[in-house]
Amino acid sequence: MSAPPDTIEPKAARATLRGRPELYTRYAADQALLNTNAKKFWTLALLLAVIILPFTPFATRAWLGNLTVVMIYAIGGIGLNLVTGFAGQVSLGHAFFIGLGAFTAAFVGGTPGRTAGGLELEMWIWLPLAGLVPMAVGLLVAPLAARVRGLYLAILTLGLVFLGEHIFREWEFVTGGFIGRRAPEPVIAGFNFNQRQEIFGVDFEREAIFYLFCFVLLVILAVLARNLARSKSGRAFAAVRDRDVAAEVMGVPLLKTKVLAFGVSSFYAGICGGLLAIAFGQITPENFGGLAGLLLSVEFLAVILIGGVATISGSIIGAAFVVLLPRFVEIASAYIPFVGGQGSGAFLTIFQVNQILFGALIVAFLILEPRGLFGLWLRMRNYWKAWPFSY
Amino acid sequence: MSASTRQLSEALTDTAVDAPDGSSILTVTDLALRFGGTKAIDGVSFDVKKGELFSVIGPNGAGKTSIFNCLSGVYRPQEGSIDFLGRSLLGMRPDAIAKFGVARMFQNIELFDNLTVLDNLMLGRHQHLQYGTLAGMLYVGKAKNVELANRRIVEDIIDFLEIEAFRKFPVGMLPYGVKKRVELGRALAMEPKVLLLDEPVAGMNVEETEDMARFILDIRAELDLAMVLVEHDMGLVMDLADRVMVLDFGQRISLGSPDEVQSDPAVIAAYLGEADEGPTLADEIAESKATEDAEEARS
Repeated sequence: MSAPPDTIEPKAARATLRGRPELYTRYAADQALLNTNAKKFWTLALLLAVIILPFTPFATRAWLGNLTVVMIYAIGGIGLNLVTGFAGQVSLGHAFFIGLGAFTAAFVGGTPGRTAGGLELEMWIWLPLAGLVPMAVGLLVAPLAARVRGLYLAILTLGLVFLGEHIFREWEFVTGGFIGRRAPEPVIAGFNFNQRQEIFGVDFEREAIFYLFCFVLLVILAVLARNLARSKSGRAFAAVRDRDVAAEVMGVPLLKTKVLAFGVSSFYAGICGGLLAIAFGQITPENFGGLAGLLLSVEFLAVILIGGVATISGSIIGAAFVVLLPRFVEIASAYIPFVGGQGSGAFLTIFQVNQILFGALIVAFLILEPRGLFGLWLRMRNYWKAWPFSY
Repeated sequence: MSASTRQLSEALTDTAVDAPDGSSILTVTDLALRFGGTKAIDGVSFDVKKGELFSVIGPNGAGKTSIFNCLSGVYRPQEGSIDFLGRSLLGMRPDAIAKFGVARMFQNIELFDNLTVLDNLMLGRHQHLQYGTLAGMLYVGKAKNVELANRRIVEDIIDFLEIEAFRKFPVGMLPYGVKKRVELGRALAMEPKVLLLDEPVAGMNVEETEDMARFILDIRAELDLAMVLVEHDMGLVMDLADRVMVLDFGQRISLGSPDEVQSDPAVIAAYLGEADEGPTLADEIAESKATEDAEEARS
């Protein structure tokens, strides 16, 4: 009945059979992230397309800037998805951790001003710190947050946003007070990722370089998050979300798991904040604290709800949707009679249209497709896989 | 992947108990659990011997599941002691108790609905996955090898329970009988030293019940695993159990071999009211068996 181990999964054996690419003969092939040829091909194609984009005529500076914000939002979205989507701990405090990351970055990487200090360190120090400081705060808050759930947790984390507003306003030495402070320069070993550069004789626009930098960071962080999700800790997150008592009886420590989820999530939020600071140029407490912070948190909830709860790719799709939709509304507003810009006297401003659209979309997705855009994609894929049969 | 099938005893080696045959591995003494003024468990004592199938029966609300909840750490009993392999389980968190080798199947299915069958079983292996979070994020080297080795163990359990077809299905989509099997698989994946089965055949038809009975017997035969079985299906209990404990209103009213328990007047009284001319529990079992046989003959 049993065979010696080396004949069970021979190292030399092909992972799949010729002509049967989806018949796996090894568990490693079955568990791989890109376990089908189609996934490999399209992932590669997408990566290439994103890398080539800045060198095509479509890439205006404004659009590269928009896409960069998409990537930064995607990093933050992945963070929120880890704690809210995977671990099921609804957090409205995401904006607080993003702000914390932004101001940490600005303090560690920035130059001292009249009231604010600055350490003027390079990015290889300030960017990790922008993640680690919020993570430390997240780990500190998590044991409290882990004691409550549902609405109470949402309110508790919401409190962080208002606490954050106060700290961001008052701790002038770090945050620059209510006028805020300039974003740090993303410099590593003298190379500025936010400046026009010439590399091997090729002229790179400022936007193109920062765009590519954020893209590399997003790919790394997304793969790490995806691995986390499919390994021990990710399963523990999902178990705590689905049935916490059963999870505990199965040997999953509840508190430790929730604290870990908050920690990792805050790290991602912090990195997102550090990069967002550069995209904004100037950051103020108004960006991340108080009501604006609440709106930012809700925007990130929209990212994961519209993109797809508990999926990493969904967070990226959702970020693209949430960031780009307002731009399209802006473009479309020129052709819609009763929509106009701020102060144009139109019946609805672009901002109002966006708010209405987001609200309507979140409700629509919750009712019609709780798995979000990623769920729509799955449905489409399964339909064409089975085509022309209906199942 | 069936080429890699191993016997359960080869896949799950941690279930072996280092104790002489016939000695008690789980000893519960004078256990008492109260919710306010309600006594859910009232001074119950019993012991489970190595490799024994110990059954707990009793009318609804007798405290059977409460005993399980005390054993697995979900409830904190006010009095009494629970000793497992020489250690007290009292006051321990459920996850710590799980690490000591107590696995459990729930009465109302408590699977993780959004995870696949595979992931549910892998979650059962949680405490056996010895790698850190960062290693998991990198997913190379040790973390990957540990995952693969445990995937193999999980696949052996999947083969054993004959649920290969459902491997990649989210369990929320599965039919009831299969879910129960997955739950048994998840408990097995924990590689326990004692297995608590809370109504494993509740709501099942004859075929599913027989399948489950077969799995339970096979687990015994292969792993020599001590099991505690709570069940309302008297036929199953009397056929499988080595010893039976009967509870009523939180108190132990009988403990002994299935035959002894069936003829115990206290048990008959608890189940059927005061015994005058009415049928005995043994009669009831014979009757339920006759109906099962008739049902089987029809199908």
